Amino acid sequence: MDLLSKFDAVIAEHSGLLASGVRDPFGVVMTQVLSPTRAIINGRETILVGTYNYMGMTFDSDVISAGEQALRAFGAGSTGSRVLNGTFAPHIAVEQALMDFYGTASAIVFSTGYQANLGMVSTLAGKGDYIVLDADSHASIYDGCKLGNAEVVRFRHNNVDDLDKRLGRLPKEAGKLVILEGVYSMLGDVAPLKELVAVAKSHGAMTMVDEAHAMGFFGANGRGVYEEQGLEADVDFVVGTFSKSVGTVGGFAVSNHPKFEILRLVCNPYRFTASLPPAVAATAEASIRKLMRAQAKRDNLWAVSRKLHGGLQAAGFQMATETPESAIIAVLLPDQLSTVAMWHQLIEHGIYCNMSRPPATPAGVFLLRCSLSAAHTTEDVDIIVARFVQARDALAAMKAA
Amino acid sequence: MTPETELARLIELIGPFNKKGVAISESTRFADDLELDSLTVMDLVANIEDEWDINIPLNLLPDLENVGQLADAVAKLKG
Repeated sequence: MDLLSKFDAVIAEHSGLLASGVRDPFGVVMTQVLSPTRAIINGRETILVGTYNYMGMTFDSDVISAGEQALRAFGAGSTGSRVLNGTFAPHIAVEQALMDFYGTASAIVFSTGYQANLGMVSTLAGKGDYIVLDADSHASIYDGCKLGNAEVVRFRHNNVDDLDKRLGRLPKEAGKLVILEGVYSMLGDVAPLKELVAVAKSHGAMTMVDEAHAMGFFGANGRGVYEEQGLEADVDFVVGTFSKSVGTVGGFAVSNHPKFEILRLVCNPYRFTASLPPAVAATAEASIRKLMRAQAKRDNLWAVSRKLHGGLQAAGFQMATETPESAIIAVLLPDQLSTVAMWHQLIEHGIYCNMSRPPATPAGVFLLRCSLSAAHTTEDVDIIVARFVQARDALAAMKAA
Repeated sequence: MTPETELARLIELIGPFNKKGVAISESTRFADDLELDSLTVMDLVANIEDEWDINIPLNLLPDLENVGQLADAVAKLKG
């Protein structure tokens, strides 16, 4: 029995897709990265509009030099767990930067954002506890549920009444964790956290909010949607990542809970893996500290995000959200074939965006998902919109031929 | 409510998701017969939860392969 034969349907679908003559949307290689917004793909200079590099920090000179210094001072890797030999000065420094950025008493750094959710979700809610999560939660949250032993209940996406009803059906005395996200990454829509958190609290539930797609540009201090909606005293745990606005890799959770630090000793995705390379921790620290005073970048990120949404809408594309709610601007397409065909035309026109399809997307929608960077200019947005139109025209011409 | 009436109502709730128009009975399987994907299952589960004012924990779903098993689970969860 070949264990891989269970994937035959996926293999057939993927080879069918490639047989239609398109480039592989899941096999993009960047042979050179020129800047946060430009790379060489298929030998062509391409505008990157799908990298989550929101604040454009990947090539920041202070960030790079912090990494270089740590690489020389501490070596290429820690070769160990945070609770054994893997905690170096840069790991402590980046956790201090997070505490300063979020104004919290504690910060715990994980090796990836995925592991931060895996660890937090599986460890906070144990046997006999309940997790109540938004149906459109990220795969890392669902996988955290699978790793843990809690009972898992879903509520309809961003639906306050639905959350209220489901919490109301649970035993009053049981431990409950409500898991929310500030910005949902597929459509780029923002959660009504104020109402959702109020409902969670009214049922005695603790709350965890993933702010991966909001760090740096939502709220007065860039802490996320929960800060913008005035919930700093109400949310128990905030989870985030270094692989988006911070511009490197790693994950974290921050909290004011007095017992939060104990998670280091009981959370497997934290203690049974190697810590981040010290150079990564140092780049993250430098970047986080710069994000505390990045008002010009924030303003530009919002400006280019709004302009792209307006430009694509005016050009007749169907947008996933009526208004630009975040730095994710997604275009809806009717089916897989037309989405792949359009994605292919865009890459041939020097635009990289993400192709997203079920089950990653909610409600079976197909998306071309753009994410903006503070490093994009308004001129870049004009070019992006023009190339979307050219790509659509090229497709129409091929169909007519 | 007897399990039979739950089954009858359950079959009604499945109706809108029965895109292939197969005849639904206790032995109808969600994945193999109705070909429901995981997202469609989620919508159906939410509707069933609200119909009987119950929560169907995610952890139960892998064991509920056919309509009859789901009807039994609903009856149990109603208590």
